[in-house]
Amino acid sequence: MPYTDPPILSVYPSRALVDEAFKVLVENLPPGCPVTVHSLHLSEDDNYWEAYGHYISDHRGSVSVSEDVSFGGTYTGKEPMGLLWSLRPVPGSRQGLRLRKMNVCTPMLVNISVHCGHLVEAFRDQTPLASVLTERWYMAPGVKRIDIRERGMRGTLFIPPGPGPFPGLLDLWGGGGGLLEHRAALLASHGFVSLALEYLTSGEIPTARLDYNYFEKAFNIIQDHPLVTPDRVGIFGLSLGSFVTFNLAAKSTIINPRCCVCISGFHCHPYRSMGEMIQTNLNKLHVDENNYQIWRDMSLPIPSDISKKVDMGKIKCPLLLVCGHDDQSYPAVELAEDIAQMVHAAGKDHLLTKVFYHGTGHMIEPPYSPHFRATTFMAKTKPKVILLWGGQTKPHSDAQEDSWKKILAFLQHHLYSTPNPRAKM
Amino acid sequence: MLEPAGSNQSAQMRCVRMDKKKHCVKLSVQPSRALMDEKFIVLVQNAPPGFQMTIHSLHHSEDGHSWEAFGHYTADATGTVNVSQDHSVGGTYSGVEPMGLLWSLRPVPGSKPHLRFRKMNVQTPMEVTISVYQGHQTVFVDQVQLASVLVERWYMAPGVRRIPVTESNLTATLFLPPGPGPFPGVLDLWGGGGQLVEYRSALLASHGFASLALDYLTPKITLKTGKMVENDYFETAYKFLQQHPQVSGSRIAMMGLSFGTTMTLKMAVYSEVMKLSCAVCISGSHIQPVNATVEEIFIMFDTKSEKTRISEENEVIWHDVVLPVPTDPGMKADVGRLQCPLLLIVGEDDQNWAAPESAQDIKEMMEQAGNSHLLTLLSYANTGHLIEPPYTPHTRASRFKPVGSNELLVVLWGGETVAHSRAQEDAWRKTLAFLRENLYSRKNSAVTFTSHL
Repeated sequence: MPYTDPPILSVYPSRALVDEAFKVLVENLPPGCPVTVHSLHLSEDDNYWEAYGHYISDHRGSVSVSEDVSFGGTYTGKEPMGLLWSLRPVPGSRQGLRLRKMNVCTPMLVNISVHCGHLVEAFRDQTPLASVLTERWYMAPGVKRIDIRERGMRGTLFIPPGPGPFPGLLDLWGGGGGLLEHRAALLASHGFVSLALEYLTSGEIPTARLDYNYFEKAFNIIQDHPLVTPDRVGIFGLSLGSFVTFNLAAKSTIINPRCCVCISGFHCHPYRSMGEMIQTNLNKLHVDENNYQIWRDMSLPIPSDISKKVDMGKIKCPLLLVCGHDDQSYPAVELAEDIAQMVHAAGKDHLLTKVFYHGTGHMIEPPYSPHFRATTFMAKTKPKVILLWGGQTKPHSDAQEDSWKKILAFLQHHLYSTPNPRAKM
Repeated sequence: MLEPAGSNQSAQMRCVRMDKKKHCVKLSVQPSRALMDEKFIVLVQNAPPGFQMTIHSLHHSEDGHSWEAFGHYTADATGTVNVSQDHSVGGTYSGVEPMGLLWSLRPVPGSKPHLRFRKMNVQTPMEVTISVYQGHQTVFVDQVQLASVLVERWYMAPGVRRIPVTESNLTATLFLPPGPGPFPGVLDLWGGGGQLVEYRSALLASHGFASLALDYLTPKITLKTGKMVENDYFETAYKFLQQHPQVSGSRIAMMGLSFGTTMTLKMAVYSEVMKLSCAVCISGSHIQPVNATVEEIFIMFDTKSEKTRISEENEVIWHDVVLPVPTDPGMKADVGRLQCPLLLIVGEDDQNWAAPESAQDIKEMMEQAGNSHLLTLLSYANTGHLIEPPYTPHTRASRFKPVGSNELLVVLWGGETVAHSRAQEDAWRKTLAFLRENLYSRKNSAVTFTSHL
């Protein structure tokens, strides 16, 4: 278009933490011009992810993704961050892909571009009108990353910049195993010394026979660090990591977490391994129309026999439970209500905070991460299984954004401030 | 107690005790990574209400010097200080100054005098440590911070490409914005110190302009042959931009500071090759013998040393060298012939160049010639010669070695820090708007849409 003025595309801030919002603005378009704003990311495992929204420029020739409505695409409506949370593998990709940044020392690079017209496909075959690059970081400047390989531990410690001392967090992921650093890196960027702990190797079948000594030692490593305030260390778990956290919070005589955050957790696991759980409940293992496994019903009904559960009445510290109503791998909300009953019976309501989200699945991650309704699980020892995690993209993404704010406020309140009896969470 | 396990008694209490409550002061800077010309918000929370504190910035420059700035604050009833909203009651800046921690940076006590902050490597960020100290402090050497964070300030936005240019005997660096282009181009010139100075071009590319930083006083060809470049060197640079596949050949501007202004006006008025969309001239003048070579013009400034004045602090003042403004038209670029918009930026306390006086004369010449509608003049009170992109330290006088001289002098640039810093912020914003207006949004009669308002 040699006679039209070139459009101006900007993303502010161009470099941000992954949980920070950005503003995408297109200017200098003709008024009333249909355009597609598109995002593209090449993951570490060489898969392309994209998202896009259809817009129409206003009388000044501008499109503001933060203020304007998307009429179509991978998201619709007024969605400032839709270009990130609605990212999905490009057509033709393998099934069951998950977007995860393993190297947190480098930013996630996202290409944002604007195309003429309302496109739905073949974006990479078209030259955009303009494009910019934005960096999304898990580590704030000055955060230090330290490999921890001591006392038999395998983990990564992240330390905020500054003289300290800081509160600490033990960060536990789920049954997929491996060493996932991204949440711990982000928590350190918010002022918490965080230890991402590996307790299952990737692909290893999760067993309920976990050595709690291992977690207690990891907790002690955090407390012993010269930059950590030893009586302000908490635990953050997701899925199996939550199960571990419940056990530690209720039963450990060695460690005293100051507070705990548990996402998509379960407190009943009266089996010796996941394999045994499946075998025992094979009749309750369903698959959906895509052959994705739905594990949810295998955990129902929740036993009333307390010997089959972690006695949550024994917790001694504040606990935040975050669950999705559409969790298809565990009946997280029902389990959370069961926990609430036990806590209530022990007269400890004041310690428990529950947050439930509709349309939200199991994998509740930091905000703006793409939602995965189903991904491969336990790739190594079994034939590949694709597990349905649940959730619908828009409500699940809203839940990620809202829960993260609540989680940070909860951690800030219990680990940083001295709780003021008059203050409410 | 909040003593870290295993620490000795001399480890400081990082948390402040007041009324038996412990407060762990929380410091945040948003955004933590930003462009050099972007603002940030420095927030301190969770301090005791009424708590006195110092917010401090520290930077270690590439040439091994330390720079610092600080403000004195008092936390409000919620225990918060927001540097963008609250008053500093003392320090290197006072009042409500969101960016005071950057523009009031000065060499730490004990530093060599007459330093100038300049980032020559634009591929790495300027790192600044922002810290909070208890009380209203002025000396920081033995103090322990309550909290501190690191902030990155970048000249290059993500995706900006830096391309060294050596073809056709040019010594230059091209900065291209990310994206397919084509982009409008800017030919970017610095002044009499020579060298290849990249940071302004890097920043321009971060704002969507393909910018060519050009070394025209000390390029390799001059170092090799001993001869200064001539008009065709600038025209070659222009053609390089014009023919570049990612540059819009019909949307090219020229920008110069100090002696760079002299060259910019020379080309804008007289070059048959260069068809500039607009020009930006900072802290310079139109005074030059017409039809002279670059070398002749350069030498002309050098020899008039009898008009040099020396200040009480032994700083060289070159302001009077080109004065009085000549009446002989053969001694001034004929700005009445300019056909493109011109943005003139001058500091009224410029001690190095008679820029304000020249600007007045340029205005009169253009009014007489009938093209003054092309002129935008920005004249800033108490502002000196070095009008640079915002939020970097103001230098009132520094060591300077003009090209061709062996003497390292201390030159007075002028300007009073607060006014100069405000002028930089305002001038840069207006420069970007001017470039955008003339390079991105030109009304074109071939366009069928109605022009935007």
